[in-house]
Amino acid sequence: MSRSTFLLDGQSVPFDDGQMILEAARAAGRYIPHLCWHPDFPPHGSCKLCVVKVAGRHVSACATPARAGAEVESDTPEINTERRTLLQMLFVEGNHFCPACEKSGDCQLQAMAYDLEMTTPRFRHFFPDRPVDASHPEVLLDFNRCIYCELCVRASREQDGKAVFALTGRGINKKLAVNAESGRLADTDFAADDKAARICPVGVILKKRVGFAVPIGERTYDRAPLHEVALPKPEGDT
Amino acid sequence: MALGAWAQRVDETLTRFGRRPEYLLQMLIALQEHENWLPPEALTTLAAALDLPRARVEGVVGFYSFLHAEPVGQYRLLFSDNIIDRMCGSEALMARLCHSLWLAPGQVSEDGLVSVDVTSCTGLGDQGPAMLVNGRAIAALNEDRIDIICELIRQKLALDAWPVELFQFEKNIHQRDALLSCTALPGDALRAAIAVGRDAWLSQMQASRLRGRGGAGFTTAVKWLACRNAPATEKIVVCNADEGEPGTFKDRVLLDAHADLVFEGMTLAAWAVGARRGFLYLRGEYLNLRPALEATLARRRAEGWLGASIGGVAGFDFDIEIHLGAGAYVCGEETALLESLEGKRGTPRIRPPFPVTHGYLGLPTVVNNVETLAKCCLIALHGGAAFAATGTAQSAGTKLLSVSGDCARPGIYEFPFGVTVRQVLDACGASDTLAVQVGGAAGITLAPYEFGRRVAFEDVPTAGAFMVFNDTRDMFEVAHNFVRFFAHESCGFCTPCRVGTSLLAGTLDKLAEGKGSPADLLEIEDLDRLLKQASHCGLGSAAPNPVIDGLQKFRPAYERHLMHADFSPAFDLDGALRRARQITGRDDAGAHLPQQPEASR
Repeated sequence: MSRSTFLLDGQSVPFDDGQMILEAARAAGRYIPHLCWHPDFPPHGSCKLCVVKVAGRHVSACATPARAGAEVESDTPEINTERRTLLQMLFVEGNHFCPACEKSGDCQLQAMAYDLEMTTPRFRHFFPDRPVDASHPEVLLDFNRCIYCELCVRASREQDGKAVFALTGRGINKKLAVNAESGRLADTDFAADDKAARICPVGVILKKRVGFAVPIGERTYDRAPLHEVALPKPEGDT
Repeated sequence: MALGAWAQRVDETLTRFGRRPEYLLQMLIALQEHENWLPPEALTTLAAALDLPRARVEGVVGFYSFLHAEPVGQYRLLFSDNIIDRMCGSEALMARLCHSLWLAPGQVSEDGLVSVDVTSCTGLGDQGPAMLVNGRAIAALNEDRIDIICELIRQKLALDAWPVELFQFEKNIHQRDALLSCTALPGDALRAAIAVGRDAWLSQMQASRLRGRGGAGFTTAVKWLACRNAPATEKIVVCNADEGEPGTFKDRVLLDAHADLVFEGMTLAAWAVGARRGFLYLRGEYLNLRPALEATLARRRAEGWLGASIGGVAGFDFDIEIHLGAGAYVCGEETALLESLEGKRGTPRIRPPFPVTHGYLGLPTVVNNVETLAKCCLIALHGGAAFAATGTAQSAGTKLLSVSGDCARPGIYEFPFGVTVRQVLDACGASDTLAVQVGGAAGITLAPYEFGRRVAFEDVPTAGAFMVFNDTRDMFEVAHNFVRFFAHESCGFCTPCRVGTSLLAGTLDKLAEGKGSPADLLEIEDLDRLLKQASHCGLGSAAPNPVIDGLQKFRPAYERHLMHADFSPAFDLDGALRRARQITGRDDAGAHLPQQPEASR
């Protein structure tokens, strides 16, 4: 039986019933930008970087089921401009100083900004006051870089069975909280080998004492751009 | 306090709510009554008792404006900050109160006695300015009332001992039609719907063409049918009484004057879809209404219109409980409301699936507005065809309008759909009208050339707000107020709304300070477009509406705030020295920096 297809920027993409646009595109080797989406978890839909245009409407590719014959616009000037603006928003609402950041070169936010050719922050910086939490012996939390993708929240809850992280506050005052009355990571049951410790797409959750083990220039996105790295490795290369 | 006092309080609360984690928000509201805030120990104890991660409990507290993880005053005063309250003089009254009590907005007095701040529209626009004192609303504020309140606080008199008339509202019903003149007795509508049977009752609903009165206008019978046909044995009916849209208060009046119609409408919905449980989600601002509503529920149980075998029909079992909101406008969005009902942060869900198949705790759920449900009684009493005979082609029946602002008779007006804006203006005694904001902050700003337009889903849709502005008002200030409202109420889930509403508010702040440039207007239009297109829910996509309409219809009001320059920096050099001036106590010319060269140079 032949699979149904939709058109992504004019090219045919096959999909299984119930599959989301982003997933189907990815399986077909086609990249749609995303930050909060992760293959291990159900769609979240908060970052909005995966925005695509379907029948004139702007929707999240991660949470919109593919439909046969649909025409999906993704890599277009209009949509990429929209994505760039979203990136600029993420950059100004937190405190992102790439040159001094340990995650530089391994950071998806930074890599996407390069990928989408974001050249200025454009908006005024919010300069929020977000103290770091260095209480844990092995891991540092630098909340200045949080983009609220909730991947650590989800990984800790669903994969580690711990619920170390949660969001509190609302709106622009939203923030990441840890599961302790003291508010300190050291007082939770978090461990450096938790799944949640490795899932942060930006530089919030950092292992101590290994900061520059891989020198800048040889890191993930120094070697290949995000739109290549983010795609799954082809299975059973022939 | 004695060690372990919270353990006992938590235990009492758990017992009261049956130890179910979905009652977390209700438990937190109840626990907060003890000390007016929720100390860390209280959250830790509650989380442990419910076997929930503490961070999740903390996250829920952090989401709702009326829950406090930091100490607030023993008397917490919140002034309603809608533009209508401001037009009635709320700012001067707040200043008077702060002056009288020696404190600043946003601060707790040094003795911990009192704190003052602002809050989103409290739904008393027809009798503003209004405030909340420890959650209880006081309307019709004036200098005398402010002085009385200050004195009561100084005397440290318990709220229950305050004069009761302070907490009383007016109903201000000025125009009645089918709903507000309905004289049916409790049970009349149910008796009629039971007599014709479930299927015929649903057919009546279909024939009525009733559409949701909460703003979206979805056909009610379609919702009910989808819920009824959803494969599950347990179904839920929810009445959305989270009337947070600024300038809207018709649901408050319905719950005050016609609670039986609302509860009977919920029971009619239960009859149609086969639900056994119902919830009234009442916004926290309407706390004053709760005792009377509970009494009405108790009476209806005693009369046999709630509980087991309603109307003598074996198996028709349905009951209603009241859940309180806690200061979060976004919970008026139906999926955010369901999250809140489940005791969580009010973040709107991804749709589909829709609540009719996956609603409260994953069960098929009907969520209807207060007015929609009340209207169902009319359909049961007089038939669907009679209901559909009034209104317009696509908008059957009547609409309650909450009229406030610059008019002689603010209050509730019931008109058949299709009434023109001008007819409403004439009825409420408005003159020299510059603009009308229909549908609240998220609605449409109408200029005089549009006053011939009709209130109807096919022309000017509305959840019921109708705010009138006369020609002395600055429409820029109106939009500024609304945009700040959206920035405050954004749930923060998606990037465009979380950051975009704050950026938009910041740009309008810049204009308000007289530092705007034409480049800012372009930036505003760009932000508007992104918010509209990329937001996760209706809050973000509606947030730019007042500015979009304002720029299109009242552009001079914006341009008055521009400097004659193509660009001006957002960074305020002189403003950055404010803190230094405060610390050094200096305010002379040498402590200031000129931000911009004088335009005349």
